[in-house]
Amino acid sequence: MGKTIAEKIFKAHLADEPFGDVSVLKLDRVFCHEITTPTAILDLVSRGKDRVFDPDKIKVVIDHVSPAKDSKTALQGKILREWANRHGVKDFFDIGHNGVCHAIFPEKGFVHPGFTIIMGDSHTCTHGAFGAFAAGVGTTDLEVGILKGVCTFKPPQTYKIEIIGTLPKGVFAKDIILKVIKEITVNGATNMVIEFRGSIVDEMTMDQRMTLSNMAVEAGATSGICLPDMTTVEYLWEFIKDDYSSRQAALDTFSRFRSDDDAVYAKHKTIDVSDLEPLTTFGYKPDNVKPVSQMKGIRLDQVYIGSCTNGRLEDLRIAAKVLDGHTINDHVRGIVSPATPKIFSQAMEEGILKIFMDSGFCVTNPTCGACLGMSNGVLADGEVAAATTNRNFNGRMGKGGMVHLMSPATAVASAIKGEIFNSSLYCEQGR
Amino acid sequence: MKEFKGKGLFLDRSDINTDEIIPAKYLTEIEKAAMKPHLLEDLKLDGFHPKTDIKDRAVIVTQDNFGCGSSREHAPWALEVNGINVVIAPSFARIFRQNMFNCGLLAIELSKDRINTIFKEFGKSNVQITVDIETSVIMVQSKNQTKKIEFQISEFDRALIKTGGWVEYADKYY
Repeated sequence: MGKTIAEKIFKAHLADEPFGDVSVLKLDRVFCHEITTPTAILDLVSRGKDRVFDPDKIKVVIDHVSPAKDSKTALQGKILREWANRHGVKDFFDIGHNGVCHAIFPEKGFVHPGFTIIMGDSHTCTHGAFGAFAAGVGTTDLEVGILKGVCTFKPPQTYKIEIIGTLPKGVFAKDIILKVIKEITVNGATNMVIEFRGSIVDEMTMDQRMTLSNMAVEAGATSGICLPDMTTVEYLWEFIKDDYSSRQAALDTFSRFRSDDDAVYAKHKTIDVSDLEPLTTFGYKPDNVKPVSQMKGIRLDQVYIGSCTNGRLEDLRIAAKVLDGHTINDHVRGIVSPATPKIFSQAMEEGILKIFMDSGFCVTNPTCGACLGMSNGVLADGEVAAATTNRNFNGRMGKGGMVHLMSPATAVASAIKGEIFNSSLYCEQGR
Repeated sequence: MKEFKGKGLFLDRSDINTDEIIPAKYLTEIEKAAMKPHLLEDLKLDGFHPKTDIKDRAVIVTQDNFGCGSSREHAPWALEVNGINVVIAPSFARIFRQNMFNCGLLAIELSKDRINTIFKEFGKSNVQITVDIETSVIMVQSKNQTKKIEFQISEFDRALIKTGGWVEYADKYY
């Protein structure tokens, strides 16, 4: 009987199966940020266990509130900084070099096919785009990951979701994942791994796959995995070229983790995107999804482009193409946060930031801030935002605020119009 | 091992997320006790008033997919510092459920029918709920009736509850 990619990764990392109930996996990476790690560090210190399993496998960033906005967030940064220093964690990304965790860690080449990765952050599933098993965990799991390099998971059940057809113009990876979540609901994949398959996924760039995998957790999934292929190898090549004789040799190695043709899936769904329209959310759950055409006219106070879902270079390129030559509506506050310094710098070189600034957007440093209402763009009670982020929960971007999730193209089109609006009008003008 | 009994708090809604349990703006706190006044303050549920309805409650009974969304362990901590050591629901989000057991707290799954029966028979009354993890029985008591319900947790989860959580267990065995 064949195996899925998740089953193969589990098998290769299995350390124990206590009582036959759970799988204890050895970890290749433990990622840390300043919101969930300091409590883990303080607890380890108080237990007299202030140790790390392997400083080279621990990667650390300050990203959620950066620069620090008050004494409390400054203290979180300080605890993390001092801890990384005393344990010799070399890959520590502080202000000036920091970016949104799920954008900067792949960009640094830290995520390889077949890896096991945890982080105290639910969107860790993003890294599944590389054919890794990557999962968000709580602080206690993170703490044990740091201390012992292991984590427990239930043996994986896989939900195979095939994306097929021809993607219409103006429809993007974000629209596809919103469609998936709408179809299977917010707990449709709970305790399961989603395996994204099909011709559309095969043709996707890594940026697009990361958008797809990023929101797997919004359907309850433990991880959202795309199979490694030549696109994965090309992305990673600069980091792995000394380890393999050729790209094909790297692909051959990574392909050992690809799901077998006769692998067994717990669930299976095929989605044809040929007729898919741009989508957005309404209400307070990510499965409350409607076509943008049915949501037109909803007045916006803020438009936010950024986050681990859609703050990458391709997202900014698409947004700038729609935005070029336009100014955003007077009553809209536009905020764009390129997800990493590299993306920021490239967007600057390509003239993308100038397009944003000329249109009236505020360009901020890379940070998670606004997405979860912590800093850099918090909503007031009764305000409405269009955002390229991943959660529309009640109060997510600020108490009493409403968030509509959408693609970068739809978000900037909406910023120009001042209300939720389809990007096609601006695209058709040849801009 | 913690105490798993006390007054029930009935939250008759599915998909209650961790942003509702403890909003992100309190994640800058590094002391668990600081979460105490903010538990469920953004919960969307008709007739629920966080300022008055949480006091003295120790066991939450709720619907599907409790604890979905963010991985924040602040959610179980906010429950714990308010004296709530047990949540009973038809299903939980994976990370939330694991966080509960990792902290030595109980997340018990019962069938949807059972949960609906508890809501129907006890949801409007003042109830005392006692969980015995040795016998795997939940006792629900109101003024008028007592009901005993069996539940299942895995041996691994039981071991976590008994050894005081995952940190001690892992450091001992791995």
